[in-house]
Amino acid sequence: MKITDHVKRLDVKEKINGSLRYIEDMRFDDLHYARTLRSTIPKGKIISIEYPPPEKGITIVDASDVCHKNEVAMILKDMPIFAEDTVNYIGEPISLIVGKDKNQIISFINKIKVNYEIFEPTLTMEDSQSKGDILTEHTFSLGSFENLEYDERFERTYETGYQEQLYMEKQGVVGAMEDGVVTVYGSMQCPYYVLNALKYALNKEAHEVRVIQAPTGGAFGGKEEYPSLLALQVAVATMKLNKPVRLVFDRREDMAFTTKRHPSKSYIKTYIKDKKIVGMDYEIHLDAGPYLGLSDVVLQRAIFTMNGCYGFENSRVNGKTFKTNNVFTGAFRGFGAPQSMYALELHMNQLANYLNVDPIEFRKDYFVHKGETTSTGGIFNEDIYLEEMADALIALSQMHHRKEEKHIGYGVSFIPHGGGFTGDGEAVHIKAEVHLKKVKENIYILISNVEMGQGAITALSKIVASVLDIDIERVLYAIPDTFKVPDSGPTVASRTTMVVGGLLAKAAEKMKARMDEEEVLIVEHFKQPDYVVWNQEKLHGNAYMAYSWSAIMARVHVDPVTYEVTCTDIYGVYDVGIPIDEKLLLGQIHGGVIQGLGYGMLERMTSEGGQIQHHSFSNYVIPTTEDIPNIHAKWIENRFVDGPFGAKSVGELTLVGVAPAIASAIEDAIKKEIHSIPVTPEKILEAIHEN
Amino acid sequence: MKIDFILNGNAVSIESTYTRRLLDVIREDFDLTGTKEGCAEGECGACLVFMDDLLVNSCMVPMANAVGKSVVTIESFAQTEAYKSIENAFMSSGAVQCGYCTPGMVMAVYELFKKYDAPTLQQVKEGLSGNLCRCTGYQMIFEAVAMLVKEGYRYD
Ligand code: FES
Ligand code: FES
Repeated sequence: MKITDHVKRLDVKEKINGSLRYIEDMRFDDLHYARTLRSTIPKGKIISIEYPPPEKGITIVDASDVCHKNEVAMILKDMPIFAEDTVNYIGEPISLIVGKDKNQIISFINKIKVNYEIFEPTLTMEDSQSKGDILTEHTFSLGSFENLEYDERFERTYETGYQEQLYMEKQGVVGAMEDGVVTVYGSMQCPYYVLNALKYALNKEAHEVRVIQAPTGGAFGGKEEYPSLLALQVAVATMKLNKPVRLVFDRREDMAFTTKRHPSKSYIKTYIKDKKIVGMDYEIHLDAGPYLGLSDVVLQRAIFTMNGCYGFENSRVNGKTFKTNNVFTGAFRGFGAPQSMYALELHMNQLANYLNVDPIEFRKDYFVHKGETTSTGGIFNEDIYLEEMADALIALSQMHHRKEEKHIGYGVSFIPHGGGFTGDGEAVHIKAEVHLKKVKENIYILISNVEMGQGAITALSKIVASVLDIDIERVLYAIPDTFKVPDSGPTVASRTTMVVGGLLAKAAEKMKARMDEEEVLIVEHFKQPDYVVWNQEKLHGNAYMAYSWSAIMARVHVDPVTYEVTCTDIYGVYDVGIPIDEKLLLGQIHGGVIQGLGYGMLERMTSEGGQIQHHSFSNYVIPTTEDIPNIHAKWIENRFVDGPFGAKSVGELTLVGVAPAIASAIEDAIKKEIHSIPVTPEKILEAIHEN
Repeated sequence: MKIDFILNGNAVSIESTYTRRLLDVIREDFDLTGTKEGCAEGECGACLVFMDDLLVNSCMVPMANAVGKSVVTIESFAQTEAYKSIENAFMSSGAVQCGYCTPGMVMAVYELFKKYDAPTLQQVKEGLSGNLCRCTGYQMIFEAVAMLVKEGYRYD
């Protein structure tokens, strides 16, 4: 069997027949339910909380119950588990109301009154900037703009709004005391992030707290950092009650108050001489909400990618995260790149149009190659086939056989996506450890990376089975439980197959010689390849071990009367190294393309006065079956030496290039520029009617 | 209030208000958790069940409307021959990722064949438009239906 050949997924039977129990389906004895009392104002001081008289069966859990530190340990520890004196966004949790009867909880919560002293909130990035509320800022450059000779400057500003992950399974956790151990079950991507947050806030050792992943009904980054907050809350509650406590959000809470994709503003100035780009200057701003969370890491990915697939002689990149009193923003598939790549790739198409050249041929002059310098002063170590991908895209889309059609437009994008953590993050922060264990006939994969729909169990089992040359049925994946599996890092950054799969492949190689033994344990640690040289302080060196690449073309139809857009076709050419399973790859491509399509033309989420306005399925529109274009996907094989069987990252890349391709296609159809997504019929109408 | 109805072929009787949602009754009183709550407002199809052979979003059905009706959930549907072919098609086509939409999707596919003997892509898109999936991009779900059509799958 070739590694690329499709095997049946190992985890789907119980999903199809409904017997798989997600967190909301799990049974616990004497289970109690929790609901969150939340701030109703974006910024202020809590003067008093008027609770109704104590009721039998109702327990209030708040900051006073946190036995050690009322802080959620992420990169900083600036976010409280429960708001104490001040609140900083609408929806900020103040307490949990816990009981056995859901109706009683709701009627109790409705009787609570919180009195605030209201402060003037910061609701826009401009306001935040004028107040000097910049959370983080980074700048780096190549070449110089001093004495730069140029004929003209092409300047544009781009905006993106919120995007909600909208995993079909809402956020949910259960806290339970089990044999004196504070145990948290939950829908999550990163069991050890949660464990570390518990250890820190509760002042516990690893053997006193335990985190077990529950089957996870989609995540897309939304269950990366956010579950730590909920896990801490139910941990505190279960310690107080000594009963299992379940906190599952309702959809409105989930949409209005959990992390989502950062709204952004990008400013790009291109310096042109003799119709060629001689320099590009970028600035990107992200709205982080009131707490830093992962925003600075998101910003770093946004800016490290900002030069895209191009090497310009002179470039300058500046990025900032702003503190506001809007909802707290965070991880979402693509992690900053969807914002920066929307801006850059739309800009490249607008430039090509302005210079009256073909957008693909135009790009070819600037494509990066192996051995060249990255925007952060590192070296591209891998073979890069952008020209070949461009030609493959032209062939796949039959671009040269296009007929002139009314109301039809085409747009392209070319995207790099670095796999794994940024810079030396894998070696310095994550330090992944994987265990491969043989017990009699079976081989157990012991890691903390989770199945959340993406096919991790199947891909990783297949890697191990292929190295050992055994049936995949003999490879068993253990549900991540911090009492049983080592910390192989979070399930994020498209790192699971490439980095963790790579470690498992190495472990399996070592196992090979010992297959005749009854019981074997192989432990494998991440080692940074020599070519990764990184200075985190200066943000200088190789920002990523290896990049995956995509070349996308979108074809759209814009209705001349209603301005309704139909995306009819997406053509995509991908370089993800060697795909581990063609069907899993296609699953990621389809899913990513459709989420990207939503981002580009459908999913509008705004905030008014600090309150998310689109917080239900009926007013936040995601793609349905009727929005699905024909997806034509192809990939080239480009073995990555340090990936398992030559694999690189997949998951996020597939989303990133879609929105700029669709936005450009719409511009092509209406012959007008539009500088924000989603491109809705209202924006098209406005663009057509402005002079 | 005592409410009688038929659940997965068995006559059952519960104490409940008329306003309680059918979804909660199946999940909480009968521990049938294959029926999921995605949106709680009739938009996503994760909570689909058959009620007297009609496909309904159980989050939108107050118990008052279920009195005396026959309700079939995924747990019972999964025991049928009709289900087996759909399961196989979903498995072979890669139509399942996180699985949260899947039980509802499976029931909607079955319903599709009640309407059409061999649904076209356009009919599939219309027929499944009430079922949201955030993972798959739907393509492989379409492929699963196409596979059933090719196999000559029939509603019975
Ligand atoms: S939960 Fe009933 S339709 Fe979404
Ligand atoms: S498979 Fe995840 S929502 Fe459909």
